[in-house]
Amino acid sequence: MSHPLPIVAEDFKHRAAAAATNLRIAEIFDRSARGKDDLRRLAMPELPHPLDTRELAARIKNHTLQNLDRYLDQFASRVRDHGGHVHFAADGTQANQIITEIAQAASAGLIVKSKSMVSEEIELNHALQAAGLNVLETDLGEYILQLAGEKPSHIVTPMAHKPKEEVGQLFAAKLGIPYTDDPTALTKAARKVLRESFRAADMGIIGANFAVAETGTVVIVTNEGNGRFCSSRPRLLVCLMGMEKLVPQLKHVPIYLKLLAKSATGQRITCYTSMITGPKRAGDFDGPEEFHVVILDNGRSHVLAGEYRDALRCIRCGACLNACPIYRKIGGHAYDATYPGPIGSVISPLFTSLATYADLPSACSLCGACLEACPVRIDLPTQLIHLRSDVNKDGHSPLSWRLGFKGWKLGMSSGLLYRLGATFGRWFMKIGARDGWKHKLPATGGIWTRYRDVPVMPKPFHKRWADLQKELDEEGKDER
Amino acid sequence: MRVSLFVTCLSDLYFPEVAESVVRVLHRLGIACDFPAGQTCCGQPALNSGYLDEARTVARRMIDVFADAETVVTPSGSCCATVREYFPHLLKADPAEHRRAQAMAAKTFEFTEFLQKRLKVDWSRWDLPYSAVATFHYSCHNRGIGMSPDDILGLVRQFRGLKYRSLVKTEQCCGFGGTFAVKFGEISGAMVQDKIACVKATGADTLICNDGGCTLNIIGALHREGVNIQVKHVASMLDEAMKAGNNRQLYARRADGPATVPLHSCSCGHGVTAAGGGGAG
Ligand code: SF4
Repeated sequence: MSHPLPIVAEDFKHRAAAAATNLRIAEIFDRSARGKDDLRRLAMPELPHPLDTRELAARIKNHTLQNLDRYLDQFASRVRDHGGHVHFAADGTQANQIITEIAQAASAGLIVKSKSMVSEEIELNHALQAAGLNVLETDLGEYILQLAGEKPSHIVTPMAHKPKEEVGQLFAAKLGIPYTDDPTALTKAARKVLRESFRAADMGIIGANFAVAETGTVVIVTNEGNGRFCSSRPRLLVCLMGMEKLVPQLKHVPIYLKLLAKSATGQRITCYTSMITGPKRAGDFDGPEEFHVVILDNGRSHVLAGEYRDALRCIRCGACLNACPIYRKIGGHAYDATYPGPIGSVISPLFTSLATYADLPSACSLCGACLEACPVRIDLPTQLIHLRSDVNKDGHSPLSWRLGFKGWKLGMSSGLLYRLGATFGRWFMKIGARDGWKHKLPATGGIWTRYRDVPVMPKPFHKRWADLQKELDEEGKDER
Repeated sequence: MRVSLFVTCLSDLYFPEVAESVVRVLHRLGIACDFPAGQTCCGQPALNSGYLDEARTVARRMIDVFADAETVVTPSGSCCATVREYFPHLLKADPAEHRRAQAMAAKTFEFTEFLQKRLKVDWSRWDLPYSAVATFHYSCHNRGIGMSPDDILGLVRQFRGLKYRSLVKTEQCCGFGGTFAVKFGEISGAMVQDKIACVKATGADTLICNDGGCTLNIIGALHREGVNIQVKHVASMLDEAMKAGNNRQLYARRADGPATVPLHSCSCGHGVTAAGGGGAG
């Protein structure tokens, strides 16, 4: 079987083109993403008032973001009250350094880690390994990707791109087990390694799905229970979280737990929900002796202050990826960004730079499926339109387009010019047409005709209006 | 009630028959239609490409052109969504302009939506003059105007003489997306190929599609592959069905009837009377 992802082109347009013409990618992502999209559609109506719940979830997040400084303060002091340590990191480099130093200070041997997109964002594993530390991903998908040396292609199901046969080959090579493509057997093989690691680990690293300001609690959800092992067994625990993960009160958490599980995988509730409030207390059966929270900015406060703030409501459920027809065609890797899909096309340029990801906001047909799917109602299409405008204003779009739209504006600002243009266009479309169709257009139009023919233009409506009125008058007379 | 037709540039240039059908259907329902001169485009291409100043200029002009219109009806879902969702958004800086944009948004309807939600037309009165096995493409922008796939399906399935086949991935975009189709030609191409593969798999001979952009995209790809499936706007089908009904005299001719009064079926099940007026039946 061919490897589905031989994409090496360095700019997004070429990677996207290569991926879109790779049927294997389309097949894999159509199945996995659309499958989860269907599950979401089935699960959502189980909520008594799905739309109201989503609106409420959006409102709570809006309020939190509006008062983020206050809630961050409150959260940090609660964590400290419980005996935990809080670190603020302005960017990825700082966060990596903080976590590396914590590990080194504790002379941590093995570090077990549960899935965290923020850690992907700052390439934490890379930094830890560079410092000579031994870190192991324990989410099954992430574990497989770490063994394979690959990046996630989806924010919830990171190995969406990897067929089980490949996992079989990988395990045979790396774990020395006989080849099998039976998912249960493969999972058992991984489980054996992971169980041992949980026992042996000195340090755990987790992300945060939510963080509660009122109580200083970190909430993580997993389906495999690895998050719970990572957070309860090792003597040292670090939670790395984006600063937008806060909710004000504990009572707000269930709303998001319901929405997250349903939106992400169509489950009623995720299998394991862990709530971690400070380190182990006297009399506690388990839990870390030392607990650190690293709160990451990395471009977020900039977004908070601007017109794209709504994007920070995101709970990383991945529903917009699953709903997106473009993601389904090109998969996650083509984006070459930590966060692929619609939300990624918004936050990748915002968290890093518009120049780096100037093409992403345009890679969308504005179909609105993401907005329809999003549990916190982020208007991703409108944000993408505004990002396109930013890209144009910053001069990242070709001059021909910018001039083209100036000309277009002129033409559309006058009925006369419009009609002249129509007459000219009609005449032009007739040249070289066969049986009423054109098979090839020049210039940019040639991209259109790579996949489609174009009909020649009939007599336009504005030239038929007078006749139509006569016809209707006649019809009226008949009736009389 | 008076309706002003916003034909949209794409329908004007590529699908004038659809616009003609819209006018005929409204006429037969007793609603007079005018066609404000000087109309061009709603600004959607510029808006979608992020040329907001250009879009704003064209939007302002469009509002001027339709300033006197009581109700604006358009055969295109995406243009309707542009007016409804984005005009107020684009013109929010100036309060007076914003109000005008909101007023424009409030009086603009997509054709099927207008028939279903404003006029509450019972379509089951009409027989198609031919039998068709049809499937239906849900144009994305119907989301923006609050027409779900079920809303529209509920409409088209009422046609007598039409066998309906459901379409896999009904809600998946056909890949048009304006300038997206040429900026990301391969993705757009893969999307439209996916769409027509699904359409072919239904075995239908007719694809119902209520948006000019989707239609141009889909007919082009069908023609390229040599697939013989007709793509029809629901206005055209309704026009044909009404014409074939051959009892025009039964259609209402009250131009000023209240918009929300449902049109009742007459006993023969073919014709329709609005507000009880049977004309010279
Ligand atoms: S933007 Fe919305 S749908 Fe997409 S991942 Fe975030 S919360 Fe989920």
